[in-house]
Parts: sequence; structure tokens; C-alpha cells
Amino acid sequence: MDDRYDVIVVGAGPAGSTAARFAALGGARVLLLEKDREVGIPVRCAEGIGDEGLRSVLEPRERWIAARIDAAELVAPDGTRVRLSYPSAGYVLHRKIFDYDLAQMAAEAGVEVRTKAYVHGLLWEDGRVAGVRVLHLGEDRAIRAQIVIGADGVESRVGRWAGLNTVTSMHDMEACVQVTASRVEVEPNVCYFYFGKEVAPGGYAWVFPKGDGVANIGLGVSGDYSGRKKPIAYLRQFLAERFPKASILTWVAGGVPCAPTLKEIVADGVMLVGDAAHQANPISGGGIATALIAGKICGRVAAEAIRDGDVSKKRLAQYAKEWHKAEGKTHERFYRIKEGVYRLSDEDLNRTAHMLAQLPPEEITITRVFRTALFREPRLLLEVAKVFVG
Amino acid sequence: MNRIVIREGVCDLCGTCVGVCPVDCMELTETRLQIDADRCILCEMCVEICPVDALELCDGRSV
Ligand SMILES: Cc1cc2nc3c(=O)[nH]c(=O)nc-3n(C[C@H](O)[C@H](O)[C@H](O)COP(=O)(O)OP(=O)(O)OC[C@H]3O[C@@H](n4cnc5c(N)ncnc54)[C@H](O)[C@@H]3O)c2cc1C
Ligand code: SF4
Ligand code: SF4
Repeated sequence: MDDRYDVIVVGAGPAGSTAARFAALGGARVLLLEKDREVGIPVRCAEGIGDEGLRSVLEPRERWIAARIDAAELVAPDGTRVRLSYPSAGYVLHRKIFDYDLAQMAAEAGVEVRTKAYVHGLLWEDGRVAGVRVLHLGEDRAIRAQIVIGADGVESRVGRWAGLNTVTSMHDMEACVQVTASRVEVEPNVCYFYFGKEVAPGGYAWVFPKGDGVANIGLGVSGDYSGRKKPIAYLRQFLAERFPKASILTWVAGGVPCAPTLKEIVADGVMLVGDAAHQANPISGGGIATALIAGKICGRVAAEAIRDGDVSKKRLAQYAKEWHKAEGKTHERFYRIKEGVYRLSDEDLNRTAHMLAQLPPEEITITRVFRTALFREPRLLLEVAKVFVG
Repeated sequence: MNRIVIREGVCDLCGTCVGVCPVDCMELTETRLQIDADRCILCEMCVEICPVDALELCDGRSV
């Protein structure tokens, strides 16, 4: 590790590794710092990704794929099931392998990667961010860079240190717990989504198969409700009622900001990307694809800014502009839909499901709207369905 | 004095609480979560958001 780089990326999740790789491909000297011992571990994710989102940045590799998904099943509060089929909808990944490979691809592009490297502050010079302070192997080091990219996830602090307001409101934070379990009897190519105030208020529960009877089973509860009954209590109940035979292999907690993108994702010499910038899909909480898409733009713009010798907020705003062009509008629309869907009562959801369940399956799959809804935005489907049939 | 207490072994180091803390007084390293009691305003947002009930407000008088 040298004392000076063009770009330092904090956090080696999908957003950080992708931003680092594209910055290096653009000719920048890049250092990628990850606090954990190993990239990709622990996995705080249900690991689902749509085919389209993945392919917009990467060609899928066989070793990343635990299961291929061609249908989603939505379960209403009263148990009514609505199945949507859509060939090649997406995948359940092995994120351990996926995240690791993304970091390796960054390394192959010339990025220097360091794990067990905890960034605990920024360096300042003449009122501008000039690098980071990092604890690495017992040593506290100051490392300089022209641009610091905060890809530090839900627990992001880089933005706050730089003076950006990155706090997630209680309403928009989804508090999640998940188990990976074996002996889960579900179809191997179907993702399941359960809705209802008793299941997961202000969120939903999921069952994503990973092959051989193993599945990720979890749920997210909006911060509006997580103080009364804890997500872990909801999950215990869900498992006892629906999957009593499941044998639990691992437990994880986690959070997803299901919020509008932050108003400001750049400052002088600073860029934020991924969960740190609140770029996850506000309806589904899916943030892998958007992290890849934003990471690619972020890295490329960082390299261009370095080349131009201008890392001012104004120059870096090109990244914000391109993000908003690529995903931002959709993101804002999804957020508004989320707000609408959250207001639906269990009765509304049941009624919607009853109406959908009566449609012939072909009709549910053919429309473009439903196709979009299928994998990426299950909640959108309900709202859209209400518009159509209500 | 009142303070937020972390239940060791229950906390999964997921960082969700850090994301909602309004005053940035929480710190998450690879191996531990720390709260800077001097800056903590005892708003209990972290207590409420924690998915696994790993935080609680400890009443100083009862300790
Ligand atoms: C329970 C759960 C289920 C989910 N399921 C899905 C799903 O099925 N599909 C989907 O698309 N998304 C899902 N998500 C969301 C998805 O996991 C995130 O959106 C995605 O990981 C965001 O990527 P990222 O690179 O921005 O952040 P992360 O993947 O969180 O990476 C951030 C990295 O930064 C590191 N870091 C943080 N602070 C520092 C520091 N100070 N110094 C050094 N390193 C630091 C962290 O250790 C971490 O490795 C889920 C989330 C949860 C919690
Ligand atoms: S939200 Fe709970 S489990 Fe997660 S880091 Fe905070 S205290 Fe620990
Ligand atoms: S009580 Fe409030 S200020 Fe104190 S650590 Fe928790 S969220 Fe932060």
C-alpha cells in the first residue's frame, strides 16, 4: 500500500468493486479498502437478481448461479397465491463467490485491494477531502487520493464525514433478518414473496431457493414498526408456521435503505455509490443490480475527472446526472409506488390477489408491466394490478 | 447516567443502526460496534431499528 493514489474506494461490495474496476479501466491508480477479513463474507443478502440488471454490466458466470428463476409466486395475507411465469427472469446467486469475483476482476484491471482495512476518517487539506485514515494490520495510516468513493453500504459514514446528509429515515430503513436453511420444500425455480401485516409490516417475507432443498428465508420490516415487534420475532413465527421442518444453517441481520436516492451523492473529491447513496430499489430492496449500474458510471466518471485534473463537485456531478438518467427516474417512481403500496390494507391485498388469481396464467405473464413487476418489483405488481382490475 | 448498551453475542454487526443514527456517534469495525456516549443523544432510533433486539437503553439509576 502506497501513500498516494488517484482514487480510494471504501468498501468492497458490488458497488465498490465495480466502481474501482471501471476507474482503473479508465486509467486511474485505484486502492480498494474493505474492513472485513474476506470480500463477500458475511452474506447479508437474499441473493436474488434479475437477468436484465445483471447483464447490463456483466455476463453471468455459471459459478455465481445457485438457481435459475423463471417464476415468482406472491402470497397474499389470506394465503391466496398468484403465480407469474417469466422464462429467464433471473437468478439466485452465490454472493460469496460473486462478490469475491467482482473484487478479483477489479484486481485484474489493476486495482490494489486490501482487506482488514478499516477506514475511520477522512484526510482534509485546504478545506477539501484529500484521502482517508485507515487502520490496517494494527497500523493507522494516512493515505492520500484525489477522489474518495464511499461504497460503504448501509452503515456508510464516508458521506457524513464529507458533510453530506446520508442518514436513512426510520420509515425508509427496512430492518431485515434472514436464515439460510435446508429441508425447505419449495419449487427449485420459483421465488416466493409473502405479504401482510402479520407477516412483515411495511415489508415482505421471501423464500429464494438455492438448490438441493436449501433456501434463503427472510423478511424485512419498515423502521416504522420494528420497534414494537422485532423482525427476528416475525421470522421465528414465519418459520414455525410455514417451514417447521426447515433446518437452519445460518442467521444474518441486515438493513436496506428503501429511500429516494440521496439529494447529493457527490462533493468536492467525494462520490457515494450503492447502498451508501440509497440506490437500492425502494420497492423490492434489491440493490445488487443498481450497485453494479451506478458503480460502473461512478468509476468511469472518476477516471475521467482525474484525467481532466478536475475533481470538483461540479465535475463529479456528471455521475449524479448519468445515474439519474439511467435509473433515477424509475427509482423515484418506485419510491412513490412504495409509499402507495404501504398504505394498502391486508384486505386490499387479498382482494387484489383474488382478482389476479382468477386471470388465466397467460394473461398474467404477457403484459410488459407484469414482466417488469415479476422479478424486480413484486410490490409494483400489486399496485399495478389494483389500477388494472380495481 | 442513561446510555445505550450493546448486548454482546446478540449484535450481528450488520450496521443497520449506524445508518439511522442521526448524530453519527456509532462506529462499526470488522469485530465490534461502539457507541460514543458523549455524543449520543439517547434518541433510541438504533434501539428501535435493530432487527435482532441487540440494543437497549439502560437507565443509569437502576444500575
Ligand atoms: C437481508 C437482506 C436481503 C437482501 N436481498 C437482496 C436481494 O435478494 N437482491 C438484491 O439485489 N439485493 C438484496 N439486498 C440488498 C443488497 O444486499 C445491497 O443493496 C447490496 O449489497 C449493496 O451493495 P453495496 O456494494 O452498496 O454495499 P455492501 O454490499 O453492503 O458493501 C459495503 C462494504 O463496505 C464495507 N465497509 C463499510 N464501512 C467500511 C469502512 N469504514 N472501511 C472499510 N470498509 C467498509 C463493508 O464491510 C461492506 O463489505 C438485501 C439486503 C439485505 C440486508
Ligand atoms: S442493528 Fe443491531 S445487530 Fe445490527 S449492528 Fe446495530 S446493534 Fe448490531
Ligand atoms: S440513541 Fe440515538 S444518538 Fe444514541 S447511538 Fe442510538 S441512534 Fe445514535
